[in-house]
Amino acid sequence: MLTGTLISGLGLGSMYGLVALGFHITFAVSGTVNFAQGSAVTIGAVLGYVFAVRLGWPMPLAIAGALAGCALLGLAVERLLVRPFVTRGSDAWLLATVAGGIILDNALLFTFGKEPRSLPSSLVATPVEILGAGVYPLQLVIPLVGVAAALAIRAVFQRTELGRGLLAVAQNAEAARLMGIDVARTVACAFALSAVLAGAAGLLIAPLFSVSAEMGALFGIKAFAVAILGGIGSATGVVLAGLLYGLLEAGVTATLGSGATQIVVFSVIILALALCPNGLLGRAGVNKV
Amino acid sequence: MPRRRPDARPLTRRLALGLLLTGVIGLAPARAADPVRIGLVTALSGQSAKSGEAISRGIGLAIDEINRAGGVLGRPLELVARDDEANPSKGVLAARELIQRAGVVALIGGLDTPVSMAIVPIANQMKVPFMGPWAAGTGITRNGAADNYAFRVSAVDALVDEALVAYAVKTYGAKKPGAILVNNAWGESNQQGLVAALKAANLPSAGIEKFEANDIDMVPQLSRLRDAGADTLFLVGNVGPSAQVVKSLDRMGWTVPVVSHWGPAGGRFDELAGPGAARVHFVQTFTFAGNEAPKAKAVLDALKAKDPAIKSMADVTPAVGIANAYDATHLIALAIQAAGATQGPKVRDGFYKISGYSGLIKTYDKPFTPERHDALGPDDYVFARFQNGEIVAVAK
Repeated sequence: MLTGTLISGLGLGSMYGLVALGFHITFAVSGTVNFAQGSAVTIGAVLGYVFAVRLGWPMPLAIAGALAGCALLGLAVERLLVRPFVTRGSDAWLLATVAGGIILDNALLFTFGKEPRSLPSSLVATPVEILGAGVYPLQLVIPLVGVAAALAIRAVFQRTELGRGLLAVAQNAEAARLMGIDVARTVACAFALSAVLAGAAGLLIAPLFSVSAEMGALFGIKAFAVAILGGIGSATGVVLAGLLYGLLEAGVTATLGSGATQIVVFSVIILALALCPNGLLGRAGVNKV
Repeated sequence: MPRRRPDARPLTRRLALGLLLTGVIGLAPARAADPVRIGLVTALSGQSAKSGEAISRGIGLAIDEINRAGGVLGRPLELVARDDEANPSKGVLAARELIQRAGVVALIGGLDTPVSMAIVPIANQMKVPFMGPWAAGTGITRNGAADNYAFRVSAVDALVDEALVAYAVKTYGAKKPGAILVNNAWGESNQQGLVAALKAANLPSAGIEKFEANDIDMVPQLSRLRDAGADTLFLVGNVGPSAQVVKSLDRMGWTVPVVSHWGPAGGRFDELAGPGAARVHFVQTFTFAGNEAPKAKAVLDALKAKDPAIKSMADVTPAVGIANAYDATHLIALAIQAAGATQGPKVRDGFYKISGYSGLIKTYDKPFTPERHDALGPDDYVFARFQNGEIVAVAK
């Protein structure tokens, strides 16, 4: 049972980590948190279902299409729900993204429908046996994707022109603009990327679970908790926090039963934040004067 | 030209107007009869939405028939529906609104036991009959109220649990069954029922495990049951979590027989659960598939005629919802008719006066008495499973 719990926990934890990476990116670049992330998870899965099942596209094409749709969603969220408020120096983007998420979820209820549907995948066709536990290949793919994404994003931020541009915008938007960095486009890209990560999480979890209009909401909330836990300013921090959260969730369910899971997990999070107020790998912001 | 008196024209006009009004009122047909309103509180969105759709269809068919035959007490029957989103608080708000603002004569409930359990005290307090067409929680009708307004045409958990145990013993020779139940009021109701039924059948239990409705992975709970030596599993949960249980079983490679309450019937279970779905045998009060009774065929034809979205039996999958709701609506109409009035207490007593009704599920003979508010019993249960998207009765 230990292996199964471990693998379950790592898989689910990577999901949270992927969505939390999205929170990290938008925060790192624009200082805002996109509370419509949960909806991006749902939309990724729903688009995947529509392309692969309803329209019959081959899976790789369906995935590409779904991720492209999520990128467009990210751009729309940034343009409509965040930029108007940030340019005026207002914090109303917080409520605007929450509201946007609710509107998206309800629009999905109308269009996609109320019933959960199944997204088939060759990666969940037959379980493989690993150390006595039955595991679907997809459950092994998910943590790999999560870790790869975190490393890739860290590399982009630290080693590429675009990435350093993103960080420059976060540190001082005015100075960045003076250096010739297109701030508006940079921020928009950040939102697009973060939505793509959330959509990828949705696509990865859907074959193990189901596709429904409400699947992303709980994900978004837990991923936000994970982002805070890991330190919203650190890519590796949020992914690490996601994995730990997933393992903790799976471990508690396995030992104490799923009724106790939320109580124990969130108590541990409160304790962890009391000990590390900026998150596990986060750092206190430094104001240069 | 002769000059008219100054106020002649206005007088003529007033006179003309007066004659016109009198004529209109005198010649107008008798005012159309006020409809008798029945309220429906059920899940119309979310995971349980298909159940709400089935209940609405069943009620709709019954109301069409009743109105074609002249309605109740000479008035047409009308349905007012509200979405409870499977949420007890929303269900209570909807019930109150239907009783106080829409003036419904009776309330019909939905699939979710927790919602019905929350609405029943309101119905008892406001003295409006509540009819359950699906939710099976024992405490809905057996609620201990001195003045009980809750009725049901559906399965009752306490009786279903006895039937599940009997079926497991008869079909699989179960000696040490385990149970995996959803962690809510419905799961609780069945936990009590299963414990009692196992004790009565003198069988030891391999354990009772719970899961949350939005859990993805039930492998830990199932592993504990397997380690305890469970040779059959009782499953109680709605279609989504039931599918996850089956997927978890597939992952573990555990081919234990699963005897379930009717959760899987509430949606596209075989699509969500995959090939393992066929293994789950669940209880039903009615199936259309293979049902040769003339009334069943007539109702099925009416259903297909009314709703062009229904192309195959896979679209009629929650047959129990349609059938229970259909018979429930007819029984409500009969109660109102027997009471000769629409006041709550009189309609409630009207239920006791129904002597017989030739229904879709069965022929009812004195369906309700003050001691028994449930019209269906264990003899009316049939076991079924999914086959190619349709619910078919398990061959005896």
